[in-house]
This record gives sequence, C-alpha cells and structure tokens, in this order.
Amino acid sequence: MNDALYDQAIIAEARSRTGAGRLDAPTVTAECDNPLCGDRITVDLAVQDGAISDLAHKTRGCLLTQASASLLARYAKGGDVAAAGELRAAIDAFLKGQEDERFAILTPVRNAKSRWDCVTLPFQALADALADLEKRG
Amino acid sequence: MNPIRQDFPAFDGLARPLHFLDNAATSQICRPALEALVRFETDDRSNVKRGVYARAERASVAFDDARKAAMEFLNAPSPEEIVFTSGATLGLNTAAHILQERLQPGDVILVSLLEHHSNLVPWQLAAERRGASLRAIPVTDGGRLDLERLDELADRVRIVAVTHASNVTGAITDVARLRSFCDATGALLVLDGAQRAAHGPLDVQELGCDLYAFSGHKCFGPTGIGVLWGRYDLLDAAPPFLGGGEMIRRVSLERSTFAPPPHRYEAGTPPIGGAIALGAALEWSMAQDWDRLGAQERELAGRMLDGLASLPGCRIYGDTGTQQRIGVVSFELEDVHAHDVCQLLDSDHGVMLRGGHHCAQPLMERFDTVATVRASLAPYNDGADVDALLNGLEAVRRKLA
Repeated sequence: MNDALYDQAIIAEARSRTGAGRLDAPTVTAECDNPLCGDRITVDLAVQDGAISDLAHKTRGCLLTQASASLLARYAKGGDVAAAGELRAAIDAFLKGQEDERFAILTPVRNAKSRWDCVTLPFQALADALADLEKRG
Repeated sequence: MNPIRQDFPAFDGLARPLHFLDNAATSQICRPALEALVRFETDDRSNVKRGVYARAERASVAFDDARKAAMEFLNAPSPEEIVFTSGATLGLNTAAHILQERLQPGDVILVSLLEHHSNLVPWQLAAERRGASLRAIPVTDGGRLDLERLDELADRVRIVAVTHASNVTGAITDVARLRSFCDATGALLVLDGAQRAAHGPLDVQELGCDLYAFSGHKCFGPTGIGVLWGRYDLLDAAPPFLGGGEMIRRVSLERSTFAPPPHRYEAGTPPIGGAIALGAALEWSMAQDWDRLGAQERELAGRMLDGLASLPGCRIYGDTGTQQRIGVVSFELEDVHAHDVCQLLDSDHGVMLRGGHHCAQPLMERFDTVATVRASLAPYNDGADVDALLNGLEAVRRKLA
C-alpha cells in the first residue's frame, strides 16, 4: 500500500514547488521542525485586511513534506485568515479518514502513520504563524 | 542462504526475503535468547532472590548465570561489576551519575562529535549539576575521532566519554590512544559500546576503560535490557541512582543503607527474563567464530561501499575503507531525501534501512547535512541483501532524482 505514497500526483505536487521561497517583508514568520528527521519549514505570511495576501515557504524535507507545503501555499494564499486557521485541524481530520477533496492526493499517507508528521509539518508552521499573529493583536 | 540464519527465528519460513539492514538500531533476536526468554516466562517465572521454592531458585540461578555470561563476554574481573540496566542509555546515565561526584566546578568532560545523544545528554546534565563543562574531540572528514588534536584538549579533563564505534560512520575508536591520554591526565574513561557489542566479545581489561555500557537489543538479545560494567571501586564509591527494592541493606523510615554493587544500581525487580535471554545471546555470541564473521562483514561492507561509490550522486559519510570499522555505512542520494529512500527501499525492494539524524545531530552538523540513509550489517546478512540495497537505490534514483 505504501507504494502509492510515491505516486505521480504526490511527486508532481512536490516538484511544483508552489509557494517555495521567502517573502521580502512578511507580516509574520514561523519555523517548524520535525525532531524525528531534522526536517524544517519556514513559512512567511503577508497579511492585509484579514486576508493572507501572500505566502512563501522554505522547505527542507522529504517529498511528502514538500508536496504538503505546496498544498499549503495553494489553499492558504489569497484566502482569509480565519479559513487558514482551520487548515491544521482539517489535515488532521483528513488523515484520520474524513473526506476532503483538497488533500485527496495525500490519501496513501493515511496508511503510513509514521509519515503523518511529514505532511502536517507545513500546516503546523502555518498554525504557529497565525497564533503569533493573534498574540500580537 | 547464510547458514547462520538458522539461529534467527525472524528468518523462519519467510514468504518474501527479509533484507534487514537496520541492525545498528536493533538486531534480530537469536534463537537461544528467545528460547531462554520463553523458558523463563513459562517454566521458571518468579521473582529472584526472595523466593525459597524451587521455581524461584531456578530463576535466581539463571539470573546469576546471565550476570556471569555478561562478565565473560566483557572479560570483566568479577560479576559484582556487572550492572543490569534497561539498555545503553540507562547505562550511560548511570555512568554519569556515578562519576559526577568527582567533578569540581570548572572541570571538563571530554566527549566527541561522533557521540549518540545518549552519550552526550547525560554528560551535559552532569556538567550542569556540577558546574563543569563539556569539550568535544573533533571528527575528521573520514568520520573518525581526530585524536591528533587530543593533547590540546587536555586542560582540566576529568572524564572522557566516547563511543567505541560510531553508529553513523562505523569508525572504531582507537581506545589505546585514549587510554594513554587518560593515563597522562588522570581522567576516567567511559566507553559507549552500544554499536561495538554486536560485533563479538570484548575485553574491558585490555581496553583499559573504567566504565562500559551496551544494550541487549543490538546484540541479538531482547529489548529492555543492557549492561553497565564498571570498576568495582568506582561503583562502590557512588551513591545509588534510583531508590527501591533490591538496592538496600537496611531501611528505616528516616534513612537507609545501601546494598553493595551491583545491586545498589538495580532498584526494583529487574527485567529477569530479559537478563536471562541476554545471557543466552551473549553465550551465543561467544560461541561464534568472529574471525570468520568479521571477514564476512568486511567483505559485505566493501561490496556495499564500492557499489555506493559507483552510484551517481551518492555521497558516503565517513571512510570508504573496510579496516577499523564495523559494517555501518551512512550515505545520501543527491536530491532524494533520506526518508523517501527508506520508504521506497522497503515498499518496493524489501530492504529495511534507517533514515534520519541517527541521534547524532552534532555529527550531522559537522557533515553539513540533516539526515542520512544508514545501512548496517549483522552476521545473518549476505550478498543478496547488499545487492537488493544497491539495485533498489538505483531504481529510486531513476524514479526520484
């Protein structure tokens, strides 16, 4: 079953590098590590009028983390902060079995629990960034 | 097929090949150890040292015999110097506890960049408690301790705590050089034998170390058991680490006096079955022809290193020679993450590897990387395992790189 972990859809999503890079003047930045493997993602957000006007991520990680980071950029960028705030819980729910079209290409990861942290890492970084933003008021 | 596999139940009646190359993390259990474990849990299970019935007597004798097996395996002078622990990590934490009393503010514990976190963090904690500090022996590009630099690191060193063999590069430490350093400086020498113990019996007296720790699960025994050997005078001079049963002489409500070593360091009911099974695993190891097994391991390691070196975009960390090393090889494929390699090697090729920082983050930093792939050999591996690894890596490279 794990074979499908590396199907073409996931590889293509990782290679799309959607949102890869850094922002020149982010409103908020969060860095998140996976202590298991030392993978690291840095997420920059530009926030304007309650919306994420721009997002970039610098990802040092496996294909699954890279694919997930691309999805993060796809879904959080351009949306409002409140909707982005729900993504962390949404990917968790998806991994546990709830259908969610946005994450459909990650379906094979459901059967590889040791790799769940790989795909949640970018969304955790987003959640950390949003929490920081909220703290600042 | 490698005939030694008959000694390992993991290889009984396999439906598909088991290319197990994660032995540096945990080896497979040998048959005598598993049988000893089942025998104890079935026929002799009872607590040691307190029962007077025959069943408890058998358990106590088997437990004592296991301590003697560990003594013989290490060529230790006496069974009183053998402390059963839960593994190398507890052994090294206990070692740090035993030696920390000797540290004065400003003293130095010499560790190295090769260390597993288990032989680093306990010393960091001890240093913090005593106002001492850590200093690290650097590592060469070949992934070995840079012992040329030893003399310039000598000031105020009271303890030297290093690995006997690296869990990342496989380099075997030149203990004789460290011994003469300790003779010259008066420092005590602690060796982390977690990796080395899987490669045959040892001689702590010849090594000249003061404390030596290893775990059972890496040398064909069960999980949850390990050994700390220590010079008796060192064990006898320190207070207990954990309090409880087994480790006392007399207890009143106000205070207690403590049992002599090794019991002082074995609070509570020990992992009896684990210890007995470890004893059986060490007996098994002592019965092997390690000249032959060592030659086999070097041959396979050489085949692996040659194959990796000819794989485009493959970077090997550490020496590529087969001398003064154990069969542990770390490498990276260009543009392919270590965990992606490991996942595909398992799912598509049945090869079990380890990917990550191997609990050696300072060494990863030294090599300017985050995670490597590691393949590690045991006596039951053979050429088919190495070929499956190399063919699998070539396939992954074509798929992902």
